[in-house]
Amino acid sequence: MTILRGVFPLLLALVLPGAMMAAGDGGARVMAVPIQPNVGVAIDLTASDNPNDAGGVINLEWAMDSGGVEPDSIGVVRLDPSGEADTLAVLPAGTVFYRDTTAVNGTEYTYKIVSYLGGKVAGVSETATAVASAQWLHSGRIGMLVILSIMAALILYYIETGKKGKELYIREIGGLAAVDDAVGRATEMGKPVLYIPGIMDMDDIQTIASMVILGRVARKTAEYGTTLLVPTSRSVVMSVAQEVVKEGYLQAGRPDAYVKENIQYLTDDQFGYAAGVDGIMVREKPAAIFLLGTFYAESLILAETGRSVGAIQIAGTAMPSQIPFFVAACDYTLIGEELFAASAYLSREPKLLGSLKGQDAAKLFFIVLIVLGVIASTVGQFWPPMATVADFLRDLVTVE
Amino acid sequence: MNWEILGIWLGAAVTLCLYSFLYRDNPFYKFVEHLFVGMSAGYWVIYSIYNVLIPNWWENLFPADGGFDAIWLVPGIFAMFMLARMVPKVAGLSRLALGMIVGTGAGLNMVTFFQSNALAQVKGTMISVAAGSVWEVFSSLVLVVGVVSGLVYFFFSKAHTGFVGRTANMGITILMVAFGASFGYTIMARLSLLIGRCTFLIEDWLPTIPAMLGLGG
Repeated sequence: MTILRGVFPLLLALVLPGAMMAAGDGGARVMAVPIQPNVGVAIDLTASDNPNDAGGVINLEWAMDSGGVEPDSIGVVRLDPSGEADTLAVLPAGTVFYRDTTAVNGTEYTYKIVSYLGGKVAGVSETATAVASAQWLHSGRIGMLVILSIMAALILYYIETGKKGKELYIREIGGLAAVDDAVGRATEMGKPVLYIPGIMDMDDIQTIASMVILGRVARKTAEYGTTLLVPTSRSVVMSVAQEVVKEGYLQAGRPDAYVKENIQYLTDDQFGYAAGVDGIMVREKPAAIFLLGTFYAESLILAETGRSVGAIQIAGTAMPSQIPFFVAACDYTLIGEELFAASAYLSREPKLLGSLKGQDAAKLFFIVLIVLGVIASTVGQFWPPMATVADFLRDLVTVE
Repeated sequence: MNWEILGIWLGAAVTLCLYSFLYRDNPFYKFVEHLFVGMSAGYWVIYSIYNVLIPNWWENLFPADGGFDAIWLVPGIFAMFMLARMVPKVAGLSRLALGMIVGTGAGLNMVTFFQSNALAQVKGTMISVAAGSVWEVFSSLVLVVGVVSGLVYFFFSKAHTGFVGRTANMGITILMVAFGASFGYTIMARLSLLIGRCTFLIEDWLPTIPAMLGLGG
């Protein structure tokens, strides 16, 4: 530190030409020094590791000495362990916060705030040191961790219950009950089934849910010997869809009927895809159309064209802005979570049914939480102790 | 003819060909549809190479300051696995890459969705229903009753009969009212797109017709 105290002013003078360093202003904790009299300098400088991150970030905070002349600008100077000084930024006068995002984890840095007046160093603040580090646990997300853990435990419990043979009841979902009917209708009419899995990629949860339903539809079309067309908007979705359909045909004992070319990629472009699918609809005239996945502005274009060719349409999406169009133009619509429940409903697999039951338990938990929160907030207006309860409940579901 | 007028005529021709679909499927629409699909597919290939592959992978594998970062070979190998689909003997390798994409997508989205679609909604609904004016009290009650009854509608473990059925009906009714409002709002936005196209045809394209026909202008 003694060496540091001596070297820092020298380095600062080298880095900032014209700097006039006050003797002894380097080092860990020295007082702010105005080099030119009556020039405001930064005081109460603190440096601290940015919390809840992967490291590499140090936050600097300070206050400006209000007395005297306001500097033109202020500079943030960092000194690394080897003694090398670096001006990280020159900030407008009045700035009191800076985030150093170039720190290396585990390295101790020393910081100073320099006041400039007329292009020269007019004052130097006290120094502050900090070490950047990564945190394994985000302290602002512990509530979410607890709730997710409870949900996971409930889901695992119900899955185990289902595996042991206990019947897990799921209420009837209108649109899903019509899946078999739609494929049957296409078979009777000798027309293909068109399956549209939305326009998003495989990292979208709705596309994943759609692929599970596609498996069921593929099995049915294989059993009935009906052609299944799946135009996709993403190449990865095409690959997954090919695998899913192939698996469905294998399960139905009809691997020979699988036609890879019926699952094709059109384009990533939203309206290019819509134009392509519309073309398929009017030329192939499918008897049943499934629109299941993530849709945006193309939803009504697709649903209206499907309606115009006389197909029975089953749609489902969790996009709130597109559901109205499907409700208006399709025969059956899976609203929001019904799309995610579809895989469990159709397959009746204990694993998926258990998962759905676990999610229902979570919904019940949230309903109770909301009701308690509303009661506590309302009563808390007139009786303060209940306001504390309301704050606690809100904190429980607050995520930073 | 200058390039600007050629561009306007091309835009108008393509627009009219696409709108011809409103009458019925025809060769003009078919041509433009294939043009659109083909051009956009080609565009996205180039876009992906220059905006995804090169900055996110190639420039990390071979950093600008020289050297070679071997860890970036891993995503490269997974990408090769996707291409393995073209070779029947090793096509199964693509499942590894697909599994990685689906698993990572589901895992990452779980936290984000849970935060924004569940916890934030629950927090936003924990409000006092006795604060403010009469209208504000009414709005708060609609919000709370709407959220709770909507959640009951999406409760799959119980048949929609009796009290649960009535609550679920209230939930779906409120949802339908919201959908109706959303429908009207979105239709307005779509109409503005149509107006934009019509404005292009009337204000940009129509005035060029006399010049093209040599009628002055």
